[in-house]
Amino acid sequence: MNILWLQASGCGGCTMSLLCAEHPDILSLLADAGLRMLWHPALSAETGAEAAALLDRIASGETPLDILCIEGAIARGPRGTGRFQMLSGTGRSMLDWLRALAPLAGHVVAVGSCAAFGGVTSAGGNPSDAAGLQYEGGHGGGILPPEFRARAGLPVINVAGCPTHPDWVSETLLLLAAGALGPGDLDDLARPRFYAEHLVHHGCPKNEFYEYKASATRLCELGCMMEHLGCVGTQAVGDCNIRPWNGSGSCTRAGYPCISCTAPEFEEPRHAFTETPKVAGIPVGLPSDMPKAWFMALASLSKAATPERLSRNAVADRIEVLPSPRKPRG
Amino acid sequence: MSDTRLIVGPFNRVEGDLEVHLDIAGGSVRAARVNAPLYRGFERMLLGRPPSDALTLTPRICGICSISQSAAAARALAAAGGHTPAPQGETVAALIHAIENVSDHLTHFTLFFMPDFARPCYAARPWHAQAAARFTAIEGSAARQAVEARAALMHILGLLAGKWPHTLAIQPGGVTRAPGPRDKVRIAASLTAFRRYLETVVFGAPPEEFAALSTRAALMGWDTGDAGLFLRIAADLDLDALGRGSGRYLSFGAYPAGGGHGFAPGIWQGGAAHPLDLSGLVEDNAHSWMLGAPAHPETGQTIPDEDMRDAAYSWCKAPRLGGLTHETGALARQVIDGHPLARDLAGGGVLARVAARLLELARTQMLMERLAHGIDPAARFMVPAPDLREGTGAGLVEAARGALGHWLRVEKGRIAGYQIVAPTTWNFSPRDGTGQPGPLEAALVGAPVGPGETTPVAVQHIVRSFDPCMVCTVH
Repeated sequence: MNILWLQASGCGGCTMSLLCAEHPDILSLLADAGLRMLWHPALSAETGAEAAALLDRIASGETPLDILCIEGAIARGPRGTGRFQMLSGTGRSMLDWLRALAPLAGHVVAVGSCAAFGGVTSAGGNPSDAAGLQYEGGHGGGILPPEFRARAGLPVINVAGCPTHPDWVSETLLLLAAGALGPGDLDDLARPRFYAEHLVHHGCPKNEFYEYKASATRLCELGCMMEHLGCVGTQAVGDCNIRPWNGSGSCTRAGYPCISCTAPEFEEPRHAFTETPKVAGIPVGLPSDMPKAWFMALASLSKAATPERLSRNAVADRIEVLPSPRKPRG
Repeated sequence: MSDTRLIVGPFNRVEGDLEVHLDIAGGSVRAARVNAPLYRGFERMLLGRPPSDALTLTPRICGICSISQSAAAARALAAAGGHTPAPQGETVAALIHAIENVSDHLTHFTLFFMPDFARPCYAARPWHAQAAARFTAIEGSAARQAVEARAALMHILGLLAGKWPHTLAIQPGGVTRAPGPRDKVRIAASLTAFRRYLETVVFGAPPEEFAALSTRAALMGWDTGDAGLFLRIAADLDLDALGRGSGRYLSFGAYPAGGGHGFAPGIWQGGAAHPLDLSGLVEDNAHSWMLGAPAHPETGQTIPDEDMRDAAYSWCKAPRLGGLTHETGALARQVIDGHPLARDLAGGGVLARVAARLLELARTQMLMERLAHGIDPAARFMVPAPDLREGTGAGLVEAARGALGHWLRVEKGRIAGYQIVAPTTWNFSPRDGTGQPGPLEAALVGAPVGPGETTPVAVQHIVRSFDPCMVCTVH
């Protein structure tokens, strides 16, 4: 299958992240699966007139397009013209290009939360009037209408994340190449289930602190970051703590909160990203699939039962009290 | 060749969107105008938000300079609050930042810059077969080696920063994770593996030997590794003469720690180094689709001209220091830091910029090893900064591609002003009110254009030699 990759209104970070794929490297991985870049703005040889001609051949249908990957949101401003992002050398806006190319593609993949939902590009009053390909925030219908389907029958596949994990993108492409990604493999926001059916909470190394509500109070302490530091890992989709980033990392492993970057409108939490808003001392935004009263009851019980080890370690910047498993009787 | 005009785009293997307009006469470029055709408005997004939100949002300006943006935001917040980070936090932040910069240099050299020499137009040159085998876009053997080495090096970021890009690990008070003894030995092991890659692939010799080169003549005698291949090409095509710069350089100083810098800050002008003084800095909007009189970023605003008036041609503002353009990047940093090879190359073109990047790759490997060796696992890595209610501050750092500044004003606990001047804002700025072209625009004048060339390859070499980052430019 061939891939046309365009960078719309975004930071290019999902491509940069994709280059961190390993075992094998991303270039081998795609080639081995029979995936060939028609053009990629960071990788391909063709520049200027050669690239413009290639785009024209795709737009005319002369070169059939299997997969259209769009990274970045689509700017509609100023005043609906799309001129806040012109695809250079073509005299046409990215908005115009997307509308022309999406119906020609076998699959359309929105790479990253900007392309999926608008993301950070639409933050803070959305200065460039940007939207996702098929969503505007959490609302169906972005640049393309909710009923849009690519030639092969799927809606825009939202590989959301800011940035995306390299494997989320590469495995989505591998599944498409294998003909193994159907409508049932996407969640209700069209994100591939293979990573969106997990929560960032799953496998978080702070889970024991969470169980006892042993909380960090500042960004450098080991405890759970849900109560005070804005962490929403219990409500955020992603397998970040099951399959780590850059070898062994994740946001919570590095001591800073999950901000749910795979979700629509994560860019507007309506409070500081690293602070948990509270009403009468109780964090708002508790796990969404659990009755609040039960959560509160469990939390107060577990707080009362917190071992000294956890309450001390939670506010330390390294382990101070070691676990003390029972020694075998000699 | 008769007088003609060319619009070059989509201009790829640069980070972000770029369009270059060329006036051509007598087989060479007579004038160039550089257009950054994307506007997002980050400086406006930040207004009214809690100050700490800058640490989440500004890295997302750019996926390739993400940590540079993060570091600049953290330093601006610290400066506005009069806060001093934990010294060991500064050390780890410097290491995190150096790994991004080194990775960017590698990405630029291997994936962005060198593939142009694999083009068929060079098929008759004696080095072409080797260049094509090593550097053909996507398929060359160098590309795979580089992305593998880069991904392995970034395991250090997995350990210290959680992920790359877009970390929240760097804070005004230090870093969020305290590395322990096992992290320290693992980091050292990753750096040694990266050293092996540099020695066997890039330099064909220890980085110390490349860093010890002190003259242009010695440089041109270097014949091992991919660096040697580049230098053979550079000699054959006279890349020293192509796209020469003004010789005016700017560096904000890289890797601040303990009151000093890994690479010194300063200004280079008239063949001499001067202290960094930004009192004469203004951003000019005469040819930008921005409204407002020229202003220092402390007081500047970002108001897009939605009419996109005809007199303007870019979303990029035009920063000037003392009324003059300044080039920034690895060459500027190394000249200002006083490296003898860089000083010998000062004022040069494509060769000087790319050789300085290789020089910096070698020197930064040594710097990263020193930083990692200096980690004290028993120390504190964070002195949490108090809430910021009022204050102004600047965060000045060096991204891979040059000087990056954030200017922050906080009033009543909210961001009241945020201005960003990115490296490529300097290098790829449009003309200013006096008609002075930006550094790239000036460097392109005289570039040869062959008969029938629609996307002149010389222009591509010059543009890419700056390692532009357009997404930072137009934040």
